[in-house]
Amino acid sequence: MRNLFKIAIRNLLRYKRRTLMTASLITIGVVFVLAYISIAGSFKNMMVAQITDSSLGHLQVHRKGYMAAVESLPLNMNLKPRPYKILEDTLKSQPEVEAYSPRIRFGGMFSNFVETTSIRLNGVYPDREFKTTPLLPTRIIKGEKHLNRGEILVPELLSVGMGVKPGDAIVIVTTNKDGSVNGKQFKVSGILESAQGPGGRDGYINFEDAMEVLRMEEVEVSEVAIRIKDFSQESAFTKKLIGLLGKELNQKGKPIFDVHSWEKLSPFYNIAQMIDVMSIFVKVMLVAIVLISIMNVMIMAVYERVREIGTIAAIGTLPKKILAMFVIEGFSLGVLGVVIGNLIGLSIIFVLNLSGITFDFGRQTGLILRATIAPLDVVIISGIVILISVLASLQPAWKASRMEPIKALRHV
Amino acid sequence: MSLVIAKDITKNYQIGEVVIPAIRGLSFEIEPAAFVSFIGPSGSGKTTLLNLVGCLDKPTDGHLTVAGADVSTFTQKKGAGFRGEHIGFIFQDFNLLPVLTVYENIEYPLIMVQNVPAPERRERIQRLLDAVGMLDQKDKYPDQISGGQKQRVAIARALVTHPKLVLADEPTANLDSKTAHTVIDLMKKMKNELKTTFIFSTHDTKIVGEAEIIYVLEDGQLVSRNVQGGNNNA
Ligand SMILES: Nc1ncnc2c1ncn2[C@@H]1O[C@H](COP(=O)(O)OP(=O)(O)OP(=O)(O)O)[C@@H](O)[C@H]1O
Ligand SMILES: [Mg+2]
Repeated sequence: MRNLFKIAIRNLLRYKRRTLMTASLITIGVVFVLAYISIAGSFKNMMVAQITDSSLGHLQVHRKGYMAAVESLPLNMNLKPRPYKILEDTLKSQPEVEAYSPRIRFGGMFSNFVETTSIRLNGVYPDREFKTTPLLPTRIIKGEKHLNRGEILVPELLSVGMGVKPGDAIVIVTTNKDGSVNGKQFKVSGILESAQGPGGRDGYINFEDAMEVLRMEEVEVSEVAIRIKDFSQESAFTKKLIGLLGKELNQKGKPIFDVHSWEKLSPFYNIAQMIDVMSIFVKVMLVAIVLISIMNVMIMAVYERVREIGTIAAIGTLPKKILAMFVIEGFSLGVLGVVIGNLIGLSIIFVLNLSGITFDFGRQTGLILRATIAPLDVVIISGIVILISVLASLQPAWKASRMEPIKALRHV
Repeated sequence: MSLVIAKDITKNYQIGEVVIPAIRGLSFEIEPAAFVSFIGPSGSGKTTLLNLVGCLDKPTDGHLTVAGADVSTFTQKKGAGFRGEHIGFIFQDFNLLPVLTVYENIEYPLIMVQNVPAPERRERIQRLLDAVGMLDQKDKYPDQISGGQKQRVAIARALVTHPKLVLADEPTANLDSKTAHTVIDLMKKMKNELKTTFIFSTHDTKIVGEAEIIYVLEDGQLVSRNVQGGNNNA
């Protein structure tokens, strides 16, 4: 084996320029893929985090049918105390759950005593909401980073349009589910920057204030946003929760709850998926580059060395040894490209992180790009390239091993 | 028993519709430790015959036995194994592997063809390097030595596996006549020392005199058999 490698490597060194060119082609491919995957992957993760941590949460649970009517924020589709109790008990016993936050969502009129406009509001328990969507406090661009009873966080667009600022008094008027109108005065505690995704342009008030303005006699919940400890377990936990809550049926035998992961709730999921598809596409390109360049070089190598192949076959080298000799040559070439490619690619990622490149997403500006790549990704990409190198040399190597010695020896 | 037994062997080449008879009914026997030459004009069938005896090709007809094995039964793999075990080859163009040193070229069959343990390998190569007078050149690459030196290395490579038979198709055709003589002398010396059978072809009448048995080929047929000392049994 050592000797097969010795011969393969000497043969690679024999055509230094060609070896170098092929190896650099593979190197460039590997570097490109590593850079692409790390940047695109980090971009995606950051965007997802922005969306889930700003307003959405990782998962949401509603009463069955609520999401179908969500545009009108129906008040007659809330979870009543009994089902909400079931839901709370379930969530409390799940070790994966970091925090959850019940919300009352409703629409109403927003008046600054001069003008009136419509507004969508979330009634929340601020400490629980802040734990479930930890980026929410950072979205408060003016005013206080809290939300006491009688206070309201006003979306930025509305504050601009209506000319309100922290400290101002405003009135919220709304219709409850029975159709009676009620109003309540609030103090603007802060202005809330818009966030991507549904609910990103909603205002926030206290849960109890929401109950009061809606004249609710008992606790009703429109949705429960959930944050889990390990986001990578999100889809597993979603499945688990669907399984657990799916067992809960109403009197008519229909399920009570509806569980949605962030993917179902945010249109950004499609972009995230596109990024994943692009990553696969880029990997396929890499495979093609490696396949073509290694195959090309190995076909050349076999053609140039027909007489040598004839010689070693004549003196008794078994076909499988000849096959191995050329496959190992392709393998070594692939390894060379991968090693250099990894070194350069990882250095580029390192430098990218040092230089702290920033970018904007939606209305969020100055996000710092953290290019990261999982060691497993590096291993998989390297493995693919080496595997393809071996596969690409198989055909030429097989041809070499099948050569008839006399024909090969006569070759000029 | 004879090392090579050929009975009425023929070899035809087929190019499209045309059949070219290269060997037409040859019968001969070669004894162990013989020093045999096939001589004949260009196209007389020397290379074809040596390829048959070397188990690189199969006769179209007739029986050919080499070292007790019927050549016509060989598959590609079996043929390679048999050659690696019993036959050494010396080529007109030397055919050393350019990426290996002199030492490594001689070592090649011991590693890649046979499986000889390292200490014995070293000893055999050392002895042969000495015998062919290439000890001081052992770390050079083929493109750093002369043609005569290359052929001496090739002789060492052919002998290192202790074959029963060494075949050399025009081993001196690319050498000047002085070097050609030293190469043939070396082959003879090795034959005497190791009792290996040497069969070589040539159309050079000056060196053919070195052979102990000379077969003359013409048009794929044997026209004479000369044993050194003047016997003519054709
Ligand atoms: N592969 C082949 N296909 C067709 N015809 C061939 C082939 N090899 C040899 N021949 C023919 O067979 C005959 C014998 O050729 P061979 O090469 O054995 O002669 P030779 O004695 O070795 O000649 P030279 O001294 O030129 O090497 C010639 O007529 C040649 O043209
Ligand atoms: Mg010839």
